[in-house]
Amino acid sequence: MLKSRRNLLSAVVIGLIASAVAMPSFAAEKKLTLGFAQVGAESEWRTANTTSIKEAAKAAGIELKFSDAQQKQENQIKAIRSFIAQKVDVIGFAPVVTTGWDTVLKEAKAAKIPVILTDRSIETKDDSLYVTMIGSDFTEEGRKAGQWLLDNYKAQGDVNIVELQGTVGSAPAIERQKGFMEVIKANPKFKVTRSQTGDFTRAKGKEVMEAFLKADPNINVLFAHNDDMAIGAIQAIEAAGKKPGKDIIIVSVDAVKGAFEAMMAGKLNVTVECNPQLGPQLMDIVKQVKAGKQLPKRINTKEGIFPMETAAKEFPNRKY
Amino acid sequence: MSVTSIVRHRLFWPCVTLALLCAVNVFFNHNFFALEVRNGALYGSVIDILNRAAPLMLVAMGMTLVIATRGIDVSVGATVAIAGAVVAVMIGGTLVIKDGVQSYVANFPMPLAIIAALAVALLCGLWNGALVAGAGMQPIIATLILMVAGRGVAQLVTEGQIVTIYYEPFFFIGNGFLFGIPFALYIVAAVLLILLYLTQRTALGLFIQAVGLNPTAARFSGISARALVLWVYGFCGVTAGIAGLIITSNVKSADGNNAGLAMELDAILAVALGGTSLDGGRFSLIGTLIGALIIQTLTYAIYSLGVPPEINLVVKALVVFTVCLIQSERLRSMLFTHTARIGEKS
Repeated sequence: MLKSRRNLLSAVVIGLIASAVAMPSFAAEKKLTLGFAQVGAESEWRTANTTSIKEAAKAAGIELKFSDAQQKQENQIKAIRSFIAQKVDVIGFAPVVTTGWDTVLKEAKAAKIPVILTDRSIETKDDSLYVTMIGSDFTEEGRKAGQWLLDNYKAQGDVNIVELQGTVGSAPAIERQKGFMEVIKANPKFKVTRSQTGDFTRAKGKEVMEAFLKADPNINVLFAHNDDMAIGAIQAIEAAGKKPGKDIIIVSVDAVKGAFEAMMAGKLNVTVECNPQLGPQLMDIVKQVKAGKQLPKRINTKEGIFPMETAAKEFPNRKY
Repeated sequence: MSVTSIVRHRLFWPCVTLALLCAVNVFFNHNFFALEVRNGALYGSVIDILNRAAPLMLVAMGMTLVIATRGIDVSVGATVAIAGAVVAVMIGGTLVIKDGVQSYVANFPMPLAIIAALAVALLCGLWNGALVAGAGMQPIIATLILMVAGRGVAQLVTEGQIVTIYYEPFFFIGNGFLFGIPFALYIVAAVLLILLYLTQRTALGLFIQAVGLNPTAARFSGISARALVLWVYGFCGVTAGIAGLIITSNVKSADGNNAGLAMELDAILAVALGGTSLDGGRFSLIGTLIGALIIQTLTYAIYSLGVPPEINLVVKALVVFTVCLIQSERLRSMLFTHTARIGEKS
């Protein structure tokens, strides 16, 4: 009885596996298959990123096999192995950490499946293990913010800039600061007088800005590493009886919905986009890879910059 | 009062520390004590510090009572996040722009949302109390459960997003001013007065101390220690809930991930700096408030001095270390006898 039940069970399992193996090969004749191993759903940004990839795959007619690693590397490696076993056409993944990928990527290479990294890069001695990496260039975001300031700040005299940094040690904080400094160095009248971390949060951004305003009456510009801190700082500036966006020019990064609301109210001057919606661009790259095109090792996401004047027009299009 | 009795007073060293920190602030920022009226409200560094310290003072007062019963509650930060999430989701509010006029509509009436958030916070506290007093778990382990799970609950309530509130009246709790003084400080004062009354004018304070010093003896002398501990944790949950309301109202949004993060540690530190022993028993609510102000004044000093952000925490730790050394009675007596001996020899 037990034995026959087990036989039945194994028959069902074999049947399922057979159909699972048969399905993709049948589908592959018509469309491309992309196996994508996502980091998880740790932030609003990431959720927008996932939605964008899913929608873009549907729109581009690419079959997407999606896996959520719940922020664990071993889950991502398992997912990649299963994509190799399923013989997908292209593997995409957003690496949780930078190291430890060589073995599994060699397996993918041996199976002749091209790999595309999104959003974060990896450290490896052998760059033939992946085709390209597509993601935001945080340094470039910092440069854009700095350039906007140089081009648009009109008043005479020295310009005292205060900076609200992101979480200490995080890549966006380090690189946005680097890019911004690089550009404003060109004009000696622009000086960063105070810089402190606001941990990317509204509450800290507000608290630090309050202290800055008390300690220093001559602040002309605020550069915030993300919109949330800028939104917190705006509240502090208003409480100090100054007009954010006029008395103090505010430059920030991310371009989330809240920033557009602030810009429409005239309280934020400009925000540089850090775009999670790399789905459409990823699908283009998948097609190009499959068509055998040569691609650069690093492709930056298309990111805009939104000054206050464009906010009302752009607001209805924002998805995150 | 003689000089020695002032020095021996247990609030002496906390007050000295606070005064020293203020002196450091004045040294680097001469306008530290300057107050002026802007937009009909007092404006200045001191007001900022008091206003920012308000949530911490509330949480730390609840923590003081818990610690006095020989317990500890490491889940208060999570409770702050949960209460904030509940109130934000319930009020929510939508920005309606009609003919260029912005107006705000709440999902639920504000009083209902506030009561619900505080009720949830009370439940969180009672849950801790039930685990400690009912199931007899070690307080740090019992409250660790909610500390870990609580952030998940808050995330669940906000669906992992930062919920922005668009409802003007709610902003008053964390941003409003009454007679020129931040409204949050009135809340702190009210809670403080109620607690002072209960602990000094009724037997409650004595009961709490008795339970903290010797639970068995307290039970034999007729105090229902279990019920007392249960409600002390419940109260601690409520103070965390109120703090959550203030924080959420202050930034006009609830962030399940970051609201009240590591606040339990600051609260415990405030209690310790205020001279309440972590072994339970005697406690000082005023000391705790001074402890909370020490922490906030220190944070403020770090912001305005231009300490590089990479070493913020090291500076903070060094100051806390020094303060704890100063407050250690054993170290002081060692130093005093040593200097006295040197004095004898010469």
